[in-house]
Amino acid sequence: MRIRISLAGSAVVFISLLSTLAGAQESRVANLTGNAVHGKALYQRYCIFCHGEFGDGRGDSAPYLDPKPRDFTKATFKCRSTPSGSLPLDTDLYDTISRGVHASGMPSWKPLLRQERVDLIAYIKGFSPRFQEEKPAAPLPIPPGQPSTPESVKRGAELFQSMNCWLCHGKEGRGNGPSASSLTDSKGYPITPFDLSSGMRFKCGDTDDGLFRDLMTGLDGSPMPSFADALKPDQIWDIVHYIHTLRAGAKGGLSQAQAAPKAE
Amino acid sequence: MGIVTVKRIGTCVLFVVVLLTAVQPAHAIPAFARKYGLPCSACHQAWPMLNNFGQTFKDNGYQLGNDRDAPIYQQPAYWPIMFRVTPQWHRENNNRVAVDKVPGSGSSGLVESGVTSSGFDLNGIDIVTAGTLSKNISFFVQPFIGNGSSTALLQTWVRFDNLLGSRWLNFKMGKFELDEPISQERILTLSNTGGFYSNYFFTPPGDSNFFTGIGNYQLGVEASGHSDNDYTRYSVAVVSNSNGQTGLPSNQAYDVYTNFNQGFEIPGLGLQRVGVYGYFGESPTYFQTRGGTPIPGTGTGNRSFYRAGAYGQWYFRKFDFQTFYEHGYDNVFLGNSVAANQPSKLPVGAVGPSWNGGFVEAHYTYNPRLIAIGKYELIRMSRQANPGIRGNSGDLDTWTIGYRWYPIMNPRAGLAWVQEYSRIVNAGTAPISGKDDISNSYLMGFDFDF
Repeated sequence: MRIRISLAGSAVVFISLLSTLAGAQESRVANLTGNAVHGKALYQRYCIFCHGEFGDGRGDSAPYLDPKPRDFTKATFKCRSTPSGSLPLDTDLYDTISRGVHASGMPSWKPLLRQERVDLIAYIKGFSPRFQEEKPAAPLPIPPGQPSTPESVKRGAELFQSMNCWLCHGKEGRGNGPSASSLTDSKGYPITPFDLSSGMRFKCGDTDDGLFRDLMTGLDGSPMPSFADALKPDQIWDIVHYIHTLRAGAKGGLSQAQAAPKAE
Repeated sequence: MGIVTVKRIGTCVLFVVVLLTAVQPAHAIPAFARKYGLPCSACHQAWPMLNNFGQTFKDNGYQLGNDRDAPIYQQPAYWPIMFRVTPQWHRENNNRVAVDKVPGSGSSGLVESGVTSSGFDLNGIDIVTAGTLSKNISFFVQPFIGNGSSTALLQTWVRFDNLLGSRWLNFKMGKFELDEPISQERILTLSNTGGFYSNYFFTPPGDSNFFTGIGNYQLGVEASGHSDNDYTRYSVAVVSNSNGQTGLPSNQAYDVYTNFNQGFEIPGLGLQRVGVYGYFGESPTYFQTRGGTPIPGTGTGNRSFYRAGAYGQWYFRKFDFQTFYEHGYDNVFLGNSVAANQPSKLPVGAVGPSWNGGFVEAHYTYNPRLIAIGKYELIRMSRQANPGIRGNSGDLDTWTIGYRWYPIMNPRAGLAWVQEYSRIVNAGTAPISGKDDISNSYLMGFDFDF
């Protein structure tokens, strides 16, 4: 009897271990390595209510959130340093968790330990087989920024028109272009173009480099495309400079407390 | 191994499996969860105890720093209010209560007797409404409806956050809980003898200090600040020497409370935190009187006192320990309840009383829905105010064990099942014999908010 119980117990433990390891992913950020088992406990504490038990973005709170929580099973992430369609780097996910996603329900989780954030990444990657099957592409380079000049801003304004940015973001960048009302994200939920004149922080960070990167990579899962193939880096810097002029009139501007988080 | 033994093992295994299956992660808590759509476990290690994310949220003025902070962006129907109720059954026992020798006969003399009471009960209702009045202006109002007709306004304050665009400068005014080393307001235990930190409310035998402890809400202003990740925190409060009572009952003196703590990571274990604090003040020793009755607000003959110490919060993955140490001192006039203008009334050899105290509270957080609690607390008098008082009079030992299980958590409410047992030994305070006074509490019930 004892032998039977021991065998049965061992089988249960083995199967549990296998099922845990099957979706386990590794994550690395700097010198930290993520632990998916620890990440699962953290996910259940902090994330499950929005992103759901299965990472499909269908947590209990999801119906009340706009925009909807990210569906990790699709492995489609807005904030990345990699080309459109590519998986994000672990550091991209780390930055997103640390910074939060502005203009959404996703807060900054910087109060969590760095190791905890890396553990979360290891667990989140387990929701999609893509992380097992693919490797993230190399990050797109960000060339040194050009100084903002009236000429650069003027060129940026022309590109804003010619590249049809205004169709979604509106001629004054207020997010009220003629296409705005009909936009949906990759899951079919209505999505509102960012109001560039609002003074609010951009979703993926508020630095010039961050804005340049967003224009290069696009925001996967949203209608915002990548301009990496359509524009040259200098032209993208021109648009960055132009967008700053749209924000300049924002009421109150940005306080220091609202500013982008500093590097740790 | 017999069949009966195997069945017993099977039953035990089944029970454990059912328990572990039922104990799934906690989800939501009201008010702020409704506002931000976050689970309760995001801010609470186990409600109401905060974790570092929740502490950061609180220190930011109940703001996450996103576009949902200002109430203008909320649905018009959103009302930032929460109710907390604790229906319970509890048993209280005290081994030495002064009672009439013959029940009903006030002239029969007093004797000490054990007294036990038990039954279903309510503590009252906590009402909390809190949030932001606008971006970077937050508020907190907490009325309490007690049993019978008693009501109280426990906290009411407004706070200006991130002044000059800096997290290091926040300013609060009103009646509030001091930035205590370990929050009394967020204690996990509820019982009569274990539901508070004795060190926070300790007064030596024979002492008349108007101030009775840092555990009381205080009236005043507070400047505070913190780092981006909340690892470094400070607060400085200037409060009226009123012990939190409204209506200017004491005098015109002000006390100062300050707290500083620093968090740091230990790889593989978690976030640790150490801190120091101190409360320094002066209390009146007598009042102007009318017909012999003290006139409120006219306290004078102020004499000094202080409470100071250090503390730590230590995390070892699912285990955590909170350690607290305090040294207290009251001036000789306060300690002997003698007016400062009548020094001749001081007993021969009278001195200012001093004492040391502390506690260790341990938690095992199985997951956000189940937490086990153990607490041990002691106070030791190091110097009595009056040499006629027995050396250990006022010494105190108390311990509590219990657990909280949160079977229901949803976007609108949270409910915890609580069981705890606590015991307190007050040395030499029995009313007649002067022997140790021992009280026991057992409590089981629900703690829910919505």
